[in-house]
Amino acid sequence: MSLIEFRKVSKRFGPQVVLDRIDLRVERGQNLVIIGASGSGKSVMLKHMVGLLRPDSGQVLFEGRRIDNLSERRLAPVRAQFGFLFQMGALFDSMTVEENVAFPLVEHTNKKRDEIAVIVDEKLRMVGLPEVRKKMPAELSGGQRKRVALARAIALDPRVILYDEPTTGLDPIRADVINELILKLQRELRVTSVVVTHDMHSAFKIGDRIVMLHDAHLVFDGTPQQTRESDDPIVRRFVTGEAGDEELAALRDPVH
Amino acid sequence: MPLKMVEKIGGSAIEVLAQFGDFCIFVWRTITWFFAGVVSRRSWRLLPPQLYEIGVRSVPVVAITGGFIGMVMAVETYSQFAAIGQANRLGTIINLSVVKQIGPVLAAVMVAGRVGGALAAELGTMHVTEQLDALRVMGSDPIPYLVVPRFVACVALTPILTAYSDVLGIFGGWLIAVPFFGIPNGIYWYYSIHGGVDTWQIMEGITKAFLFGGAIALISCYKGFTSGAGASGVGRACTESFVAAFIAIIIINFVFAEASKDMYNAIYGLRSVFG
Repeated sequence: MSLIEFRKVSKRFGPQVVLDRIDLRVERGQNLVIIGASGSGKSVMLKHMVGLLRPDSGQVLFEGRRIDNLSERRLAPVRAQFGFLFQMGALFDSMTVEENVAFPLVEHTNKKRDEIAVIVDEKLRMVGLPEVRKKMPAELSGGQRKRVALARAIALDPRVILYDEPTTGLDPIRADVINELILKLQRELRVTSVVVTHDMHSAFKIGDRIVMLHDAHLVFDGTPQQTRESDDPIVRRFVTGEAGDEELAALRDPVH
Repeated sequence: MPLKMVEKIGGSAIEVLAQFGDFCIFVWRTITWFFAGVVSRRSWRLLPPQLYEIGVRSVPVVAITGGFIGMVMAVETYSQFAAIGQANRLGTIINLSVVKQIGPVLAAVMVAGRVGGALAAELGTMHVTEQLDALRVMGSDPIPYLVVPRFVACVALTPILTAYSDVLGIFGGWLIAVPFFGIPNGIYWYYSIHGGVDTWQIMEGITKAFLFGGAIALISCYKGFTSGAGASGVGRACTESFVAAFIAIIIINFVFAEASKDMYNAIYGLRSVFG
């Protein structure tokens, strides 16, 4: 039984079809990377995995159990098994770093304050930021914010971590720190990871399986090696970062 | 062409109805979570910051507007009453207007502007920066965590702010009528109480403030939760929240006035009970 499964999942926003009868299985311990152009629906796919979005048709299953039709209340125990790193971190800006990381522990466990403090400290050390615990999110850099968000995402020792564009907006060195951090968490926590990105360097580094979303369909599914060697023109252009005639057509239009 | 027009009108009507249905579900979920949270210590823990933000920090603005409106009423009405030799009865009209209409409505409008706008902006920003999704992913429903404490604070404190506005309005009216226009103090208060303000009217103003507070909180939180993307989306949510809350206050005020009058007439024989 797969850990996460999509069965003919479709989703549209207004007239725009974002996912069209998507089938996907994510196995335990796998590091799946979903690539695709900006706005292609990668984040939408990720949000379906934790019930933040519901499909218009099709089913989403977690450990063989359908979750897309569960109420918010019944989804809570399922979501507790997930950690989610949002694109901009989504730290609560009215709380300190420490309070942010402690939030899931305060809300969902009966641990005492000093026990929580020990876990917060441990998680912040894991992401290499033990010194920022008293700071507010607004005082952190983009990379620090993502690492704190990651510390919060792993606070409850989740079985699956979902990463939404973890390296977007970071310089190459800080992006690589995040990549290394993802690999470190995979090694140390033995979690299943699903990473949405359009950063191919990151995809090759952290993924052991890569799927590509294009025009609401999964057009490619393979290992990083197969991705590199693919002769599918859509995959090739994405991997090499070359704009096609379609993308360049707008630039060639005469200016009136 | 006519078909397209019908299609457009129909589309807009469906959209408005769908939004209203969505709002009703939001209200229902808030109320069910409110009753579920009464027994939870965690819910009570979330309340004090909201009581401070919504109640304590609204006191200056409500006090200033309440006090000045009482003063303005005295200034504007004195010459009319003096012309017909009824200046001594100025307290009746000022105090009755303040406790029945001006105090509650003005306090509610101030709360809608100050608190409603802030709630829509805060929750709207949380929505566009995915903080609401982060809460949901961590298994915390944003309704009990964010909406219920704000709803309770608004419902509990709008009547208190109204009472505060009433007191300041009455004081403002007195300040102009008695020391400045020279109406005898005892006569001013005598006419205010006899044939003027009674307990029923004070309670009418305070009671509708509960409804105003509830409407302001629910509308503002809903607008925040459904705000559009980016700074413009949050800005629009704030504006819409104030406009919708203001319209709700006016409509509730009208319906309540009618209902209250009918009830007063129905129990007229028992009026002595209410002072």
